[in-house]
Amino acid sequence: MDGTRRCFLKAAATAAGAAATPGLAHAQGQGQDHGHDHQEVPSDLTLRVKSLESLLVEKGLVDRPALDALIDTMEHKVGPRNGARVVARAWVDPAYKKRLLDHAPAAIAELGYTSGQGEHMLVVENTPKVHNLIVCTLCSCYPWPVLGLPPVWYKSAPYRSRAVIDPRGVLREFGTQLAEDVELRVWDSTAELRYLVLPERPAGTERMSEEELAALVTRDAMVGVAKVALRQPGDSL
Amino acid sequence: MNGVHDMGGQQGMGAVQSEKDEPVFHEAWEGRIYALNRAMRAWRKWSLDTDRHALELMNPIDYLRMSYYERWVVRLQAQAVAHGLVTKEEMDTGKPAAGSEKATPPFTLATSSRWLSRGIASSHDPAVRPLFRVGQRVRARNIHPTGHTRLPRYARGKIGVIIRDHGVYIFPDTNAHFQGEKRQHVYSVRFAARELWGERTSPRDSVHLDMWDDYLERP
Repeated sequence: MDGTRRCFLKAAATAAGAAATPGLAHAQGQGQDHGHDHQEVPSDLTLRVKSLESLLVEKGLVDRPALDALIDTMEHKVGPRNGARVVARAWVDPAYKKRLLDHAPAAIAELGYTSGQGEHMLVVENTPKVHNLIVCTLCSCYPWPVLGLPPVWYKSAPYRSRAVIDPRGVLREFGTQLAEDVELRVWDSTAELRYLVLPERPAGTERMSEEELAALVTRDAMVGVAKVALRQPGDSL
Repeated sequence: MNGVHDMGGQQGMGAVQSEKDEPVFHEAWEGRIYALNRAMRAWRKWSLDTDRHALELMNPIDYLRMSYYERWVVRLQAQAVAHGLVTKEEMDTGKPAAGSEKATPPFTLATSSRWLSRGIASSHDPAVRPLFRVGQRVRARNIHPTGHTRLPRYARGKIGVIIRDHGVYIFPDTNAHFQGEKRQHVYSVRFAARELWGERTSPRDSVHLDMWDDYLERP
């Protein structure tokens, strides 16, 4: 899209926004970005958020150390490593796997993962004949205690729109080819249930320890866009 | 509402762009606005349902143009004013009104574990009876509420089978609008992909949606 067209759209958006949602209109950023074909981040967002935070702190509405702790939790305490440990435990311990499939929140809490957005969870199991895929078409629902905050692609329009109508096409974009005779089950997180895919344990891992197995399990496999594969050391999650 | 946020089945949005080694937050302000949204909700002036609906009320062009966390900036500014925690003048000037009293935040390090573990209410309540049962064929109602709903357009009027009763949950369509919790059963409903998308999809595939009693009827 060229700059002129963008600026036109942006002006239209601002005008329409002002008319339709007066409460939101004052918060619009000033357009100063050109040449991006994707969603843009105005350069004033840092300043806007800083100003908003200062106001809320000065009014006594928020507490800075508590904000820091919330961010620290998301950056360092929860994330796909938690989910990977749950998956690895289920692979090596059939009794744990049964508890996980029967009542996921309690089984996940056994490993110490209990933070918000995982109170009601369902773990869905991949088999040679069934593959599961998780999406939230309406917003961004995601199992925080086991996967952390969702990646940008999970919250993006392409994924949210296509995961339900063209899931096999989405999987191909992630390099995952599903055989015709495999049943694909998509789970759209429309309520307060959060989903986690229990991927298939790859062949050739029979002698691996639980810890080594956990290192193989990726976020993408637990969302269902990929399978777990034997990987080279140093591959990222 | 039939908003742009209801994306399931839309076409023309392009390929999914996955980023390698993606950080939790791409810039510091994203982490700050994430935390501010959570800490401000602890005032309990509005619910998660109300917050979700606030995003749906954004101008659709803005919704598509803005990044995820930019929407959270716009939303928090609007919610804080709309629900009386900040005046419009304070938001515009960035300064507390002269002589205004300083509040005590409900969400602090000392209270955070209580707030974060509070979570979502228990789904077990024998007093609330289910209107449907596992194994039953159901039709998603063909309704088009103008307020908040979690019944996506692509499922309306379609027939599926209940495969699980999840228990009792707050009804977002009323709760988002401060019209009560109207707790009721939520079920996992399996729709054949062909019921939703026609003959070109695999006869084996299915899409599952979690649906409240009020979204369902007997076919």
